[in-house]
Amino acid sequence: MGSSPLLYAVTGALIFGIGLLASLRDEALLARIIAINISGVGVFLMLVSFAYRGFELAPDPIPHALVLTGIVVAVAASGLALALEKRLAELPKSKTHKEDSP
Amino acid sequence: MSMGELLPLMILCSSLIPGLIIFALSEEQHRLRSGLNMVGAVAKLLLVAGLIWGVYQEQVFEARWTLAPGLDFVLHVDALSVLFVSLSTLLWLVTTVYAIGYLEDSPDRSRFFGFFSLCVTATVGLAMAGNLFTFVVFYEALTLATYPLVAHKGTPEAVRGARIYLGYTLAGGLLLLIGAVWLRTLAGPLEFSEGGILGDIPGLDPDNLRWIFLLLMAGLGVKAALFPLHGWLPRAMVAPAPVSALLHAVAVVKAGAFGIVRVVYDVYGVEFSAHLGVLVPLGMLAAFTIVYGSVRALSQDHLKKRLAYSTVSQVSYIALGASILGPLATIGGVVHLVHQGIMKITLFFAAGNYAETLGVHRVSEMDGIGRRMPATTLAFTVAALGMIGLPPVAGFISKWYLGLGALEASQGIWVIPVLVASSLLNAAYFLPILYRAWFMPQRDWPRQMHIGYRGETLPSLQWPPVITATLALLVGGLAAAPFSPLEWVELIALREYRL
Amino acid sequence: MSTILIVVVIVPLLASLTCLMLPRLSDRLSLGTGLVQLITGGLLIQSLASGISHFHELGGWSPGLGIALRADALAGALVLLCAIVSLAATVYARRYFTCVETRYRFWPLWWLLSTAIYALLLSADLFNLYVTLELLGLSAAALCTIGAAKTEALRSALRYLMLGLVGSLLFLAGVSMVYAEYGTLSLMALAGQIAQTPATLVALLLLSSGLLVKCALVPLHFWLPAAHGSAPAPVSAVLSALVVKVAFYLLLRLWFELFSPVMTSLFATLIGGLGAIAVIWGSLRALTAARLKLLAAYSTLSQMGYLFVFIPVLAALPDEETRQLGFGALVLFALSHGIAKAALFLGIGVIQLQVGHDRIDQLAGSAQRFPIAFFAIGLAGVALVGLPPSGAFLAKWSLISNSLLTGQWWWMVVTLTGTLLAAAYFIRVLGAGFVTLGPEAPVKGVGVSLQAPALVLACLATFGLGLGAASLWDVLAMGSAGGQL
Repeated sequence: MGSSPLLYAVTGALIFGIGLLASLRDEALLARIIAINISGVGVFLMLVSFAYRGFELAPDPIPHALVLTGIVVAVAASGLALALEKRLAELPKSKTHKEDSP
Repeated sequence: MSMGELLPLMILCSSLIPGLIIFALSEEQHRLRSGLNMVGAVAKLLLVAGLIWGVYQEQVFEARWTLAPGLDFVLHVDALSVLFVSLSTLLWLVTTVYAIGYLEDSPDRSRFFGFFSLCVTATVGLAMAGNLFTFVVFYEALTLATYPLVAHKGTPEAVRGARIYLGYTLAGGLLLLIGAVWLRTLAGPLEFSEGGILGDIPGLDPDNLRWIFLLLMAGLGVKAALFPLHGWLPRAMVAPAPVSALLHAVAVVKAGAFGIVRVVYDVYGVEFSAHLGVLVPLGMLAAFTIVYGSVRALSQDHLKKRLAYSTVSQVSYIALGASILGPLATIGGVVHLVHQGIMKITLFFAAGNYAETLGVHRVSEMDGIGRRMPATTLAFTVAALGMIGLPPVAGFISKWYLGLGALEASQGIWVIPVLVASSLLNAAYFLPILYRAWFMPQRDWPRQMHIGYRGETLPSLQWPPVITATLALLVGGLAAAPFSPLEWVELIALREYRL
Repeated sequence: MSTILIVVVIVPLLASLTCLMLPRLSDRLSLGTGLVQLITGGLLIQSLASGISHFHELGGWSPGLGIALRADALAGALVLLCAIVSLAATVYARRYFTCVETRYRFWPLWWLLSTAIYALLLSADLFNLYVTLELLGLSAAALCTIGAAKTEALRSALRYLMLGLVGSLLFLAGVSMVYAEYGTLSLMALAGQIAQTPATLVALLLLSSGLLVKCALVPLHFWLPAAHGSAPAPVSAVLSALVVKVAFYLLLRLWFELFSPVMTSLFATLIGGLGAIAVIWGSLRALTAARLKLLAAYSTLSQMGYLFVFIPVLAALPDEETRQLGFGALVLFALSHGIAKAALFLGIGVIQLQVGHDRIDQLAGSAQRFPIAFFAIGLAGVALVGLPPSGAFLAKWSLISNSLLTGQWWWMVVTLTGTLLAAAYFIRVLGAGFVTLGPEAPVKGVGVSLQAPALVLACLATFGLGLGAASLWDVLAMGSAGGQL
């Protein structure tokens, strides 16, 4: 692996890590959803960089296929999360006594 | 399937199947329920008669079912099993009659009789267990089946008593489990065999075996109510009288004592146990429990509690007999398994009758009760005298053989004073009751049960104690007759000592 | 014969789509699908019993490009577990959701979840596994919200979804590392190649941590009690019984089949230690839980912990044969917990539905009012505590025995402490339920069809698995997972 794909891969790993941390730390739901998406982008970047097989050669198609599938899954997941959040926002604000939740 | 495989299974099923059907019955179908109970109990009695005959002929009864590689579920019937199986079967029949009368018109009877049958199934299974694994299975099953019975009344007090009972017995079950698993990893499948198995296996570390013995005894000692593991027994007194009767005479307490006998004779082997030096501490503890239980019984005014502490004391005779090396002590201990059962169930039936008919729960309320309920009180008197050890009632035989065994054993002489002291204490807590019942002037009872005809109480309550008291007289008086418990136990002792 | 694998996955998928399009048919269709799945599961395990494992490439695409399915005895056993539990829960759900609208929304998601579970069990490729994991997480989170009107329920569903996504992302990152290192994602192709390289270690850590989030192993457990405790009863049953279990199944595959050269005894001990903490901590929380469902959810935490305690004990066993037996015990434990926990949740659901709450201190009279459901709860308790004759008892016997054999007595201490604590929290429930309400309390009955599924499952866990365990060992002994352990 040459130095530039490695650079991409490392960048991808960093983005993945940052997104992951943010998704666990942030309180606001929307922010967490975005963070998870960012983190996903990091993984996709890693995968795409692994597809590099050399300057003259065509890239490995499999990681690309994987990334495509991954994007579809991520969209679906974000959609569900947003839908849930919308329903949560529409519910009448009850006094949230946290029952036994740790 | 041969008869040898089928019979043990049929004996289990004769109470298991009625029990399961009873769960499904509605409260109103009480004729069907009583009918099923009686059919099951009688069928079991007949099957056991066949079993006795077969074992006497040295026929082999064994059913085996592999649960996991190297882990077999085994029902195997030997002379000792037969003793315990016949005791539980006979007393189950009597107690069922009693319970049907006792619980008349009370709620949740389907649940009660269902678990009652399961409880007997577990006891009989325990008696027929062919290896330590199967024994542990039934030992735990018994714990579970008795919990709803102890909690049956549903009062906060009953639920608390049941919780304490379950806490003690489950913890004991775990200790037994550790011991059994540990021994299994060292010594293989642990099939019970007369004369023991561990003595013949080379290369076992005696220290490990001593630790395991301690674990097993601690686990079994909880149910056998050995001091200091007896705390649950007086508290479990909140259960209905038939349950107390069954718990004390047959099921739970006896399961522990029976387990001690099994482990000492058929796993370790009594001679090998003596060689390991584990019998003397066991004997000391049993002796202490005998005296301790009696002393505590002295100060109890509540009749059932006094009987409970008496059980703590009496059951330890069995462990005491097992811990003295020599066939005579073995006979004394093992035969007490039966004798104590018959006598104690009589006492509890009588106590239940007093409570149900007249609302009498305390010794101090029993003045003149003998004139009001002569049959019940006569039965009580016979059983109490037997407990003290007066001939010709059954208890005398046990104590006589224990004494002989102690004299025969080289270091058993210390047992004699214990026996004497215990008998004096027994007299001290039973005779005042008898005196009050027969000789004190009659008084007003807390309440009177409406019976509707002239008689001291309902017939299904009156007859069971009379029958068991007669039985106690018979097994004592005719101890030398063939097929008496004593004769049978002599057969067991001969086989255990490979004489 | 390998076409049976397609049937296992495709039937629930078709059911899901049909329920979506023809909601009026969905009640009957679901019952049929559940039955078909049970029969297929039975046939599958039957055909695996002869020691064969099935392999099928969908559409004839070669592995690496297409979707490959495969089944060995381990997968077969879990497929059967899922079929049994989901049939019982399906029968139950037909009565549990009294509102037609709710049922119409429930069935498509329900069968989608089933599809995800079966596909996960049968996938032979790491990327497929990622997709099925996502599908599982999404459909499970959506199911949690069915009929939920409370903020807490929605919020815990959302948290469940988010953590599921985080777990899947970690897994995906691990998958990409594996691809970078070995250039293939097929489990079979990878099996022989894994070597001890830094990238492999990173991949192992990423994959494991992703799945550990989904298994709710301490300290990644915090999402579970709220999610399992606030979902509708049939959903809770499937979440606790199956969803966490299939994530654990994947871990087994990874640790014992793929990464066995990399697995060190230190790693195994670490995992076992976390499992031990889960056993004790989960039980303690269950002991103090105020609601029945929460108690059941914490009990899931602690029961999952046992599965991890098995790992170091198995890893230390010296010879192949005892290790296979120990592995069988592990699977037996997982099956036993799956069935018993489903029974417990279904039983609790009956009480909750009728009484309107599941607070433990207000359970008085339930033993009288719901005798069947309460009996089922008691029996499920027997199996969960691990008392005889349940399957869990045999498994614990084996665990204790093996930990003594390998000289690791501390795992025995953990097991026994956990067992005692479990007994304690079940005694609490039984004690509360056995208190009678007094004669004036109304005693009204509940339909048998709502109570029966719980009872059947409880009997199966306590008696069926215990007494019939020998045949399980026969099947598993020939399975590849045990063989390559």
